[in-house]
Amino acid sequence: MREIDRRSKYDRRVFLKGAAVTAPAVAIATSTGLGITDAWADEAGTLTPATMKTLLKMARDIYPHDFLGDSYYISAVKPWDDKAAKDPAVKSLINDGVARLDQEANERHKMPYAQVAWENDRVALLQRIEESAFFQKIRGDLIASLYNNKEVWPRFGYEGSSAEHGGYIKRGFADIDWLPKA
Amino acid sequence: MAKFDLNDSGVVVIVGSGAGGGTLGNELAQKGIKVVILEAGPRIENQDFINDEWDSFGQLAWSDMRTTSGSWRVHKDFPNIPAWIVKAVGGSTVHWAGASLRFDEHEFKIKSAYGNIPGANLLDWPITLAEMEPYYAKAENKMGVTRTNGIPGLPGNNNFKVLEAGAKKLGYKEVHTGRMAINSEPRDGRGSCQQIGFCFQGCKSGAKWSTLYTEIPKGEATGNLEVRPGSMVIKIEHDQSGKVTGVVYADETGAMQRQKARVVAVAGNSIESPRLLLNSASSMFPDGLANSSGQVGRNYLRHMTGSVYATFEKSVHMYRGTTMAGIIRDEAKNDPKRGFVGGYEMETLSLGLPFMAAFLNPGAWGRSFTSAMEGYPRMAGMWLVGEDLPQETNRVTLDPNIKDKFGMPVASVHFDDHPNDVAMRDHAYKQGAAVYEAVGATVTYPTPPYPSTHNMGTNRMSEKPRDGVVNKFGQSHDIKNLFVSDGSQFTSGAACNPTLTIVSLAIRQADTIAGAMQRKEI
Repeated sequence: MREIDRRSKYDRRVFLKGAAVTAPAVAIATSTGLGITDAWADEAGTLTPATMKTLLKMARDIYPHDFLGDSYYISAVKPWDDKAAKDPAVKSLINDGVARLDQEANERHKMPYAQVAWENDRVALLQRIEESAFFQKIRGDLIASLYNNKEVWPRFGYEGSSAEHGGYIKRGFADIDWLPKA
Repeated sequence: MAKFDLNDSGVVVIVGSGAGGGTLGNELAQKGIKVVILEAGPRIENQDFINDEWDSFGQLAWSDMRTTSGSWRVHKDFPNIPAWIVKAVGGSTVHWAGASLRFDEHEFKIKSAYGNIPGANLLDWPITLAEMEPYYAKAENKMGVTRTNGIPGLPGNNNFKVLEAGAKKLGYKEVHTGRMAINSEPRDGRGSCQQIGFCFQGCKSGAKWSTLYTEIPKGEATGNLEVRPGSMVIKIEHDQSGKVTGVVYADETGAMQRQKARVVAVAGNSIESPRLLLNSASSMFPDGLANSSGQVGRNYLRHMTGSVYATFEKSVHMYRGTTMAGIIRDEAKNDPKRGFVGGYEMETLSLGLPFMAAFLNPGAWGRSFTSAMEGYPRMAGMWLVGEDLPQETNRVTLDPNIKDKFGMPVASVHFDDHPNDVAMRDHAYKQGAAVYEAVGATVTYPTPPYPSTHNMGTNRMSEKPRDGVVNKFGQSHDIKNLFVSDGSQFTSGAACNPTLTIVSLAIRQADTIAGAMQRKEI
C-alpha cells in the first residue's frame, strides 16, 4: 500500500532551513515541538498574553493530539485577537469566559486554569463551562481552524486535493493488501 | 442559444435545473417545446469545482437562511442547515454520489404492503413499478448507469474492498460496486472515472452524470432551451380562471422580472418547492397554490440515515477513489421480523478530514473524539440509507418571523423520527458494525445523520385530490398547467437513493406535458 508521508510540508521546509542553520531558534523549536517561546502571545494587541495562553491550553485540552506541536494550535486560536479587536462583543465573551474558567480553577486548585497540571483536572473544569457560549464558540471554531488547516492534513494521513494529480487511479485507490480473501 | 422574451406566454417555465428540472427541460426542448429554466444559483462549470470540502461547500451549497424544529439532531447541531444540497446550475446533481437504483415493487404501494402504522401517513403511489419500468430503462440509458445497458461496474476502491470482505464474511449475498451514473468507460462524450474522490464536491472530470454538462447543454443545442442562472423565483402568478400565467423572479442583479408562461413546472428541491407554492398564496388560493388538500409541505421525507465508520489496525485510505461505489443490498427488503417495516441499503461513504471533524459526532470533544480522528487513515466508512415513514407533521412551513432579502418568508423544516425509523437505524448501526468487525475493526462509530441530502415528499402524488398535491404525472390536482417535477412529488421515499426515480419521472412527465400541449389541454 502507498502510505502517506506524515511530515507536513511546513515541517520539511523548516527542517531544511534548520539544517542550514538559518532558521531562528523559535522556528526550530516550533517545528520540533520542543517548546516554544511566549513571543506569539505577546504579539496580541487586544487580548492579554495570559488570555492567549489560556486559549492555547483550552484548544489543546478540547482537541488533544499529542503528535501536533503547539504551532498548529497557536495558528488556530491566534485569530481571536483580531476578532476581539473588531468586535467588542467577542472581546468580552472571551475575557468573561476566561475569567469564569480561572475562577472555577482558583476555587478548586488555587491557581488559574492554564497552570493546573493534569489534563484530567483541566478537562473537569472545562466540563463545568461546557454549555457556555464562550466554550461553544471556541470549540466550534476549532473544528475548522484546527482540522481545516492544510498543514495538519498529512499528520492525520489525509492527502487533500487529488484532481491535479490525476486522481487516485494510478495512486493507490485499490492498493489495500491486508484483507482476507473475499 | 435561445433567448425568450419575458412576455412570451408560450414557454414552459421550469423552476430549478437539477435532476428533475434539468431533465424535464432537455426532454421538452428535444420535442420542440420552448423552455425557460430559472435557476437560483450561478453557473459553475466542472473545471472550476474545488477538491476541498469547506471551500466547495462555500462554492456550491444552498446556504440561504432556513430554520428548523423537531427532535432530529440536525436541528440541534446545524439549526440553519437542514439540508446539504446545491444552489447552482445542475442543482444537486452537481454533488450527488451517483447511486442509481430502482424502487422495489412494494415501495410504490406501502400502505398496502405495510398496513396501518400509528403516526404514519402511508399512501400508495398512483403508479406501479410496471408503469415506471420503461422510464427507468430510459433514465439508466441516458445517465449511463453501470450494471445496466451492458456497462461494466466501477472498479472497487479500498473502502469498497473492506465493505465487501466484511459483507461476505457475514454471509451477505448482494454486494458489488453499485449501479452508478459514473462512467466506468468513456460514454456519451464523457470520459471514465479517474478515482479522484470528491464526488460530493462536483466531478471535475465529468465522469459522473450531472444535468450541468449533459441534459442542459443538449437542450440548449436544440435552440429551444434558455437557462437563466442567478434567477430566484419568488412567486407563481395566476389569472381569474385559476390557471398559472407566469412567475415573478429576482434576476442576477436583484431586479424583479415577470416571465410569462403557458406551463410552470416547479423543481426547486423538496424544501424550496413547497415554499414557493406557499409563498404564492393569493385571494383565490389563500393557503398557497395547489394546496386544497392542505398537503403542500407535509410528509417531508429525508430517509432513515446514519453512517458507520470503523478503524482497523492497518491503513485503508477510504477517501481515495469514487465515494459511493459500493453497496450491500441484502437489508433492502421488507422483512418486518427485524422489528420494522421497509428496508435499507448500506453504501460506501467517505469524508475528508475536515468534514469528518465536523460530522463524526457534532459537538463532541476530548480524547475519545481525538482518538477517533487519529484513526482517520485506518478508517472505512459506510452510509446507511433506508425508507423513512411519511408523517403529516414532518413538514416544510413558512417561518413566521424570518424573511429573505426579497422579503419572502424563509422555509422552516420540522422533523421527528418515527419509531420505525429509530428501530431501522438501530438495526442498521448493528449490522454496519458487524460488517467491519468481521474483518478486524478495532472500534466502530455509529455516526448520526448529516443534514439531509435526500429531500422528498412535500408535494406528494396521490390518486385522490384530497390525499395529495399532484396526480400520477406530477400535475397539480388543483391547477392544470402547474406541475411539480422534483423529489417533492414522491408519495413515499423507498430505501434507495432518489435521483434515478426523479429523472425517470421527469422523462415521463415530459411526454405528459407535450401531449397535453398538443391536445391544447394546457
